Amino acid sequence: MKHPVPNTEDAVLALGQRLQKTTRPGLTLAGEILTLDLCGGLWLSRLRTLIVSDLHLEKGSAYAARSGQFLPPYDTRETLACLHEVVARLDPACVVALGDSFHDARGPERMEPGDRAMVAALQEGRDWVWIAGNHDHAVSEGVGGRYAETLALGGLTLRHEPSLDAPDGEVAGHLHPCGKVAMRGRAVRRRCFVTDGRRLIMPAFGAYAGGLNVRNAAFDPLFPAGFTAHLLGDGRVFAIGKGMLSKD
Amino acid sequence: MPERFGAWFASRGWAPRPHQLELLDLVHAGRSALLVAPTGAGKTLAGFLPSLTALAGRPPSAKSRGLHTLYISPLKALAVDIARNLEAPIDEMGLGIRVETRTGDTPSHKRTRQIARPPDILLTTPEQLSLLIAHREASDLFASLSCVVLDELHALVTSKRGDLLSLALARLHRLSPGLTAIGLSATVREPDELRRYLMPQGRRADPGQEVRLLEEEGPAEVRGSSEDAAPLAAALASRARKRDDDDEPPVSSPMADLVVVKGGAAPDLHMLDTGLTLPLAGHTAWQAMPAIYDLIGRHRTVLVFVNTRLQAEYTFQELWRINEENYPIALHHGSLDATQRRRVEAAMAAGQLRAIVCTATLDLGIDWGDVDLVVNIGAPKGASRIMQRIGRANHRMDEPSKAYLVPANRFEMLECQAALDAVEAAAQDTPDARLGAPDVLAQHVLGMACADAFDPLQLYDEVTSAAPYAGLSWEAFEAVVDYVATGGYALRAYERFAKILRGPDGLWRVRDARVAQQYRMNVGTIVESAKVKVRLARGVRGKPGAILPRGGRVLGEIEEDFADTLTPGDTFLFAGEVLRFEGLSEDEALATRAGPGTDPAIPSYAGSKFPLSTFLAARVRALIADPFEWDRLPKQVAAYLLQQRSRSLLPGERDLLVETFPRSGRYYLTAFPFEGRLAHQTLGMLLTRRLERARMRPLGFAANDYGIAIWLNRDVGARIGIEPDFLESLFAEDMLGDDLEAWLDESAMMKRTFRQCAVIAGLIERRYPGQAKTGRQVTISTDLVYDVLRKHQPDHLLLKAARQDAATGLLDVKRLGMMLRRIQGRIIHKALDRVSPLSVSVMLEIGRERVYGEGADEILAEAEAQLLEEALG
Repeated sequence: MKHPVPNTEDAVLALGQRLQKTTRPGLTLAGEILTLDLCGGLWLSRLRTLIVSDLHLEKGSAYAARSGQFLPPYDTRETLACLHEVVARLDPACVVALGDSFHDARGPERMEPGDRAMVAALQEGRDWVWIAGNHDHAVSEGVGGRYAETLALGGLTLRHEPSLDAPDGEVAGHLHPCGKVAMRGRAVRRRCFVTDGRRLIMPAFGAYAGGLNVRNAAFDPLFPAGFTAHLLGDGRVFAIGKGMLSKD
Repeated sequence: MPERFGAWFASRGWAPRPHQLELLDLVHAGRSALLVAPTGAGKTLAGFLPSLTALAGRPPSAKSRGLHTLYISPLKALAVDIARNLEAPIDEMGLGIRVETRTGDTPSHKRTRQIARPPDILLTTPEQLSLLIAHREASDLFASLSCVVLDELHALVTSKRGDLLSLALARLHRLSPGLTAIGLSATVREPDELRRYLMPQGRRADPGQEVRLLEEEGPAEVRGSSEDAAPLAAALASRARKRDDDDEPPVSSPMADLVVVKGGAAPDLHMLDTGLTLPLAGHTAWQAMPAIYDLIGRHRTVLVFVNTRLQAEYTFQELWRINEENYPIALHHGSLDATQRRRVEAAMAAGQLRAIVCTATLDLGIDWGDVDLVVNIGAPKGASRIMQRIGRANHRMDEPSKAYLVPANRFEMLECQAALDAVEAAAQDTPDARLGAPDVLAQHVLGMACADAFDPLQLYDEVTSAAPYAGLSWEAFEAVVDYVATGGYALRAYERFAKILRGPDGLWRVRDARVAQQYRMNVGTIVESAKVKVRLARGVRGKPGAILPRGGRVLGEIEEDFADTLTPGDTFLFAGEVLRFEGLSEDEALATRAGPGTDPAIPSYAGSKFPLSTFLAARVRALIADPFEWDRLPKQVAAYLLQQRSRSLLPGERDLLVETFPRSGRYYLTAFPFEGRLAHQTLGMLLTRRLERARMRPLGFAANDYGIAIWLNRDVGARIGIEPDFLESLFAEDMLGDDLEAWLDESAMMKRTFRQCAVIAGLIERRYPGQAKTGRQVTISTDLVYDVLRKHQPDHLLLKAARQDAATGLLDVKRLGMMLRRIQGRIIHKALDRVSPLSVSVMLEIGRERVYGEGADEILAEAEAQLLEEALG
């Protein structure tokens, strides 16, 4: 069995060359310049705003309550730790959680005090917006921040579920897009951003959030003229055309 | 033996065999016993005779008699077959004994009735037994049980299935204290492990254990006193239970009595020599196909065993390509559609087939048809495995079984010779006894709570009476109970959802009926990888290349992991044909028949591959090391070894040969530990990490059963010139420390191992075949769970369970450790200016197999480059 060894000097050099070729200033959507962060967040440097989607906090405890499956109860702190990393790095003036921030409406009640404190610390000194999702529509108290059904941000419209008749500039989540690349008998499946230059669907941010393949029919009506998926690799984000992506 | 039985034997022209009478005596004296006998010795009848005679001797008026005997088989089909075979003696002697089977196929009304009005003898599987002892009525059902018969015990005890069965057996011993256990086994190296397995451990040893060796000609009886403290027992005792009372008597390790049937005709076994020169690598044995075909022509029914499904597919195709006589030749492997397999089995039983190409699926089980020759293609991999396979031919122990070993490359000739020697010496390589797996125990503990409220101290005593769990500490047991209750997390988040609850009386009870239902859905230790059906798609008339979504018949199933790697247009071998993958439709893979002459492009799909056994590997090393042995080898192999000796050198029996040489602008390092592919893959990953740290710039590695090859940008040979200790430190045993831990955490195989533990322990629910495939965004990925858990609670029970499995399973770390100890101070380095004959064999593996789970970014970058080309081009 043959195993390439990653991260040798050669491989790093080769990767660097490819990086030079493929580095773009950013993605433009409705006149706004967006940076796709490797953690799965979207960064608007002009407005110093960070958007993250589908945190699905307390998914583990939701399973324990509902179906008796005791998944490790550390998903909330894991998700918040990732969020902390990107917030510390970018120091946003505003953070938008694009819906399904909690796995269910009772998620906030089940949250451990330590995790609750972590949320409060993240919110300190910045604007924090919870956009309503389908899982957590009734989230209302005890978790700080403000609430909105949708949010207009520069030229962008932020909402949880993508809508077919939205004007250009919609940023949504909900679908948990994942892209799969199969090549020479190998397959790599990663979370991704999906965009056609008119709208953008965010990857899920939560530690236990699953993924829906972007070649699933659910994406067809949203991107009638095709799309590019930006897959979250180990070292950077990779832009991959629809034609190179496999179905499940 | 009662007169009725003697008359029945006589009416058949038979006489009871000495071991059958021995076993009868022992069991009637209330003793448990292990019967070790070769195939065809009448083992099964021996196992049932004590029960049949006891039941026949009951007064006819006895009513509501209850269950008397339980028979456990590893295969459902075997239980059904044996029930049928018992009918003849019972009917012909008019014994009036009720025999029934209980399997997954038994209808629910019958299952209910079997509990209310049990038969005299019930034949079932380990999983069904676990369900039975978790039943609310279990204590009533088994109160009358007098005998349990465990068939093919050697095959059961080496797996987690054996762990589960040992726990069920411990419960049976408690429910029916006078129970005698009979184990039936093929020849094994360590019968003592099986003897312990049958007996409740930790009780005072019984001084009167007997060992009897029986030759088929007249009983030659040997009485031996069995020592109490065998190595395992000593090891287990050293991890002795910590309880409050200091004056606890020493842990004892009683064993069941032993009856060994020696002899049986020696097998008529040969290596197939086609006279052609074999390649240095490769596993297809294409040269041998005409010779095998010729053998098929000269026998009634031939079983052609191969090691992987890929080999099965290939061999089947090749045999049909040259099948001018149109012999009925069939294919049988685990991925084929079940109805297709049943058809093949029925045709074989009816004597309609001349040959069946098969994998391990036919290693065990029913004697279908009149097989007069076994052909084993490829390396035998283990002496016991080859014995088992040879035994499939000619099921009468006084006639020799006839078999050919067919090596596919020159190395396999060495391995075949080693196997021939081992069979001649009747040597065995059965794996060592297991330490019971914690995930299996977790499943059992939940089952016991479903049966009745349990007292933890009492259950601990019961569990540690099962041989695999004899060394379990009280703390480890408590941790399992805690896991079952609330997941065993340091963060006590799930207390209020607990599955089992401890009452004020100190007893644990199951929370509600839903939890019990969950347990019943999850029972068993066999975790199938997710599969998708392969369906033949229909083309659209007049539209070449277009296919209809509603297809033709289902050909079988492939692993979802394999299906994931296919892209439309890929060709692969399946169900005896070359198929073209057309795409996935819901949970089915659609495929069309590829045109004639198409070569399959995707080389393999995940299938079982057995690593070379430790025992056979040692024999191969000894063969190589001793030139006086070479005249027993085929000439081409001896010549090859001579070439190696003149160009480089041949290692001694305990040495490790390391060669370094340049080739096409790169440097190579090859090493030959002979420890099997799994251990070598792990070694390769660890060595490349170390070489990277030593700035030797490794680029990749390849491994086979005999050795590994690593290619690098820098010359290890030159480094050794400057730094003579370099190799010793490279192969130092401490690589099993931090390096291993760091790699394990990321390893795809470790994630797969973790998933199996998580399913067995009930952390995530099983997926059943045919169950609607729910969208991936709603199912929980165990990979995500694994990542989170190892970050936040690295000492969790399931991570420990996965590491314990990694030691012997997919990663074979235990064997690697033994090898590293063996070669301390015995590494022989040879710097060469070009590749040696020995190294060629492993170099040929390069690029032959696919890669899993490493270097994802490189694949993504390549896909991205395509987009750029589109954009720029």
